[in-house]
Amino acid sequence: MRATPLQRLLSFIFGWGAALLLFFPIAWMVLTSFKSERDATSPGLFFAPSLDSYRDVFARADYLSFALNSVVISVGGTVLALLFAIPAAYAMAFHPTHRTRGTLLWMLSTKMLPPVGVLVPIYLLFRTAGLLDSRSGLVMIYALMNLPIVVWMLFTFYKEVPNEILEAGRMDGAKTAGEVWFLLLPLTLPGVASTGLLSLILCWNEAFWSLNLTSAGAAPLTAFIASFSSPEGLFFAKLSAASTMAVAPILVFGWFSQRQLVQGLTFGAVK
Amino acid sequence: MATLQLRDIRKSFGAFEVIKGIDLEIDDREFVVFVGPSGCGKSTLLRMIAGLEEITGGDLMIDGKRINRVGPADRGLAMVFQSYALYPHMTVRQNMAFALRLARVPKAERDRKVDEAARILQLEPYLERRPKDLSGGQRQRVAIGRAIVRQPKVFLFDEPLSNLDAALRGQMRIELLRLHEELNATMIYVTHDQIEAMTMADKIVVLQAGRVEQVGSPLELYHHPANLFVAGFIGSPRMNLMEAKVVETGPTGTSVALPSGPRIEVPIEGGTTANGDAVTLGIRPEGLRIDPAGPIAGTVALVERLGGLTLLHLTIAGSEPMTVQIEGSDATRTHDQIRLAVDPAACHLFDQAGQALPQHARHPLAA
Amino acid sequence: MSTTSTPDATLSGSEAEATRKVGPLLVMPSVIVLLAWMIVPLVMTLWFSFQYYNLVDPTTRGFAGIDNYAYLVTDPDFWVSLENTLILLVAVLVITVGLGTLLAVVFNLPFPGRNIARVLAISPFFVMPTVSALIWKNLLMHPIYGVFGALASTLGLPPVDWFAQFPLAAVIAIVSWEWLPFALLILLTAVQSLDHEQREAARMDGAGPLAQFFFITLPHLSRAIGVVIMIETIFLLTVFAEIFVTTSGGPGNATTNLAFLIYARALLQYDIGGASAGGVVAIVLANIVAFFLVRSIARRLEV
Repeated sequence: MRATPLQRLLSFIFGWGAALLLFFPIAWMVLTSFKSERDATSPGLFFAPSLDSYRDVFARADYLSFALNSVVISVGGTVLALLFAIPAAYAMAFHPTHRTRGTLLWMLSTKMLPPVGVLVPIYLLFRTAGLLDSRSGLVMIYALMNLPIVVWMLFTFYKEVPNEILEAGRMDGAKTAGEVWFLLLPLTLPGVASTGLLSLILCWNEAFWSLNLTSAGAAPLTAFIASFSSPEGLFFAKLSAASTMAVAPILVFGWFSQRQLVQGLTFGAVK
Repeated sequence: MATLQLRDIRKSFGAFEVIKGIDLEIDDREFVVFVGPSGCGKSTLLRMIAGLEEITGGDLMIDGKRINRVGPADRGLAMVFQSYALYPHMTVRQNMAFALRLARVPKAERDRKVDEAARILQLEPYLERRPKDLSGGQRQRVAIGRAIVRQPKVFLFDEPLSNLDAALRGQMRIELLRLHEELNATMIYVTHDQIEAMTMADKIVVLQAGRVEQVGSPLELYHHPANLFVAGFIGSPRMNLMEAKVVETGPTGTSVALPSGPRIEVPIEGGTTANGDAVTLGIRPEGLRIDPAGPIAGTVALVERLGGLTLLHLTIAGSEPMTVQIEGSDATRTHDQIRLAVDPAACHLFDQAGQALPQHARHPLAA
Repeated sequence: MSTTSTPDATLSGSEAEATRKVGPLLVMPSVIVLLAWMIVPLVMTLWFSFQYYNLVDPTTRGFAGIDNYAYLVTDPDFWVSLENTLILLVAVLVITVGLGTLLAVVFNLPFPGRNIARVLAISPFFVMPTVSALIWKNLLMHPIYGVFGALASTLGLPPVDWFAQFPLAAVIAIVSWEWLPFALLILLTAVQSLDHEQREAARMDGAGPLAQFFFITLPHLSRAIGVVIMIETIFLLTVFAEIFVTTSGGPGNATTNLAFLIYARALLQYDIGGASAGGVVAIVLANIVAFFLVRSIARRLEV
């Protein structure tokens, strides 16, 4: 389909217009982070860039320990969820029973369970088990939180693999573990990657359990940033610097992996 | 080196039985073709032999051992799938060596066997390519190579040529026959294509709705179909089948009358039929010829000229339409009124249950 | 040759049967942990909801009957929070699906720099809710120092104090900004998967751009829109961080949704019993929504 020059112009204007509008808050945040506190409160584009805010943020809070917590908890939660989900999705896709459909829908419906509904018991359970403010506690929570979505996404990817390929593997002598390891995982690597990516992003950005179940030791970047929202003063530049540092890793990661990510997000709705 | 016995093999999904008790003997080095319309259970039966589908009832024996409960890899079989089912992330060499790798065969031996199979299949230039970089025919050969490398007792083929174009299909048929010759292996081959069945099989098994309709050599099935289903299924163009009535039975044959009037005497035993019974008369298109003195009159509705041969589609007053095969040089045209003569030796009679009445003489090639 | 040298066929065991049993065995771990994750807290929540249980007042404990629920339904805050939850859900769904469809069509057309523009447009999806809330609240919507205020004053308009004057709309704007990229991503993939021949056939049949959109593109998108609605609903029913950071549910109860109400009961007022009653209501609400969603959308997904 050839677009006429007018069509190209219009889509250029609308496309870039929308893109810039959507990206503006992020761009503005990054811009402000390089301003001095004095410049930060006036919406000017011209200022003397400085790294003072970043220095201040580092001085005030241990960014690296928050960031480390974020990485450990996100990766841990994702890996744990994948460990549970890979066998489950394999079984559902290739050894379906009459209960498979119901099980899948039930799993997804657990995701509808609002975290606040169970906050109190989880809080109390964690307090009893000594899991409050611990990384392993959040890893568990995140794995469970994402498990339904991870199972569902893997299932849709596995469904695309022709059963005959696994049967050929069985004829060649592969046992269940061999089928998964030698055939299914290499074949669905992009899908597994995209599932893992989404899980990582959801973990990284999760701000309910991390705010309510951590205080200092295991607090990830979401808590780090929340501490800058306290009303003790409006330090826009410092706030922006902290925000930029909290968002930058996952944003850059997301940019590079967006193509991978998209495939999985459609949940099999798009062929 | 393997023989197979199937004894009352059954398969049901819940209350629904798809394979309804199949008995079959397959000899060593035999090329057996399962043929039948789609949904007849031929692929299911093959998959049960392969171990990919559970067997609900009966005994499956290889070389006299019951293997119902043996896993697919341990039955000593290899299968070529319809879609080839090549491992897309592996090279041709890795594809062919996968089974050996799982069986922990040393690398040197693996390579030797893969090289040998690649030589037989002329795949040597492609060993380091991936399946997506191969043509359909090459993929097909890799799938066969993957089977050869394992040196199985029995090769199983599930409609292996159905994804190829016509020219390639003809070529692969010949290659498979050559391979059968060279490997000296027992092969079971599933197809819905009767040309493949006729040209390749030592023994054809015609299946219908989960049952065996007839087992025999290709020409046996062609010249002596056991029932209406086989008669209609084997042969292209289809056998002409017409309602008829028994007029007279005698020691030399049976006379039948077509609804349009003409009487035909055929060398077939009347058996239990009595005069006046309704039967079905079957004549293959090549069993009819144009003859101004012939008993059947018809009008040419359509002429299909294939070059060497010509097919005439006739409408017959008071009877079903017929197809006649004649010389390509014949000048008959659409709308012509013609008369047909019947070769009595090429006729078949089927009773009301659809079973063939026994012919007096066997065809010399189907004895 | 190991494949052909099985010494005794019967020794290889019942592998055909084993492969059939392997399915449930592999699903079981996931089901069990999810069940535990669901049932244990659920039962505890139910139990607490019938108890007098306040962390700061340990003297009054005991069976409360339906007091917690009675208190909840007579509390005007509760009904407002329910209303706010639903308004937030519907408003964000309408905005993201509507704009998302429009943008998906635009981003499917060729224009210079399309790939970069797309990357910029989907960026908000990667920003954590706490950060989104903070930048919108302070950098953009602050009545004095924010960009919007500055824009208004250059146009000679009075600045708007968003979180005081239109608090719920402000929250909706933030949440929509976060979820529009998600809708765009999925719908764009769906638009791209539309068969060219179908559209060309429609053009041959005389369909203009609008008719093509409504009769070809939109029906093709229905499955993808279903997925967007389903996934977004899961997250929108439980919006928390954005409210926590920007308004703390206020002013008054203007932006208190159910999630925030329960949070406030439990961790600000230490009323475990009351919070649990709210939790049970939230679970019931989620299940009602889930019931309709699963019935209308999940049915279309291939399982």
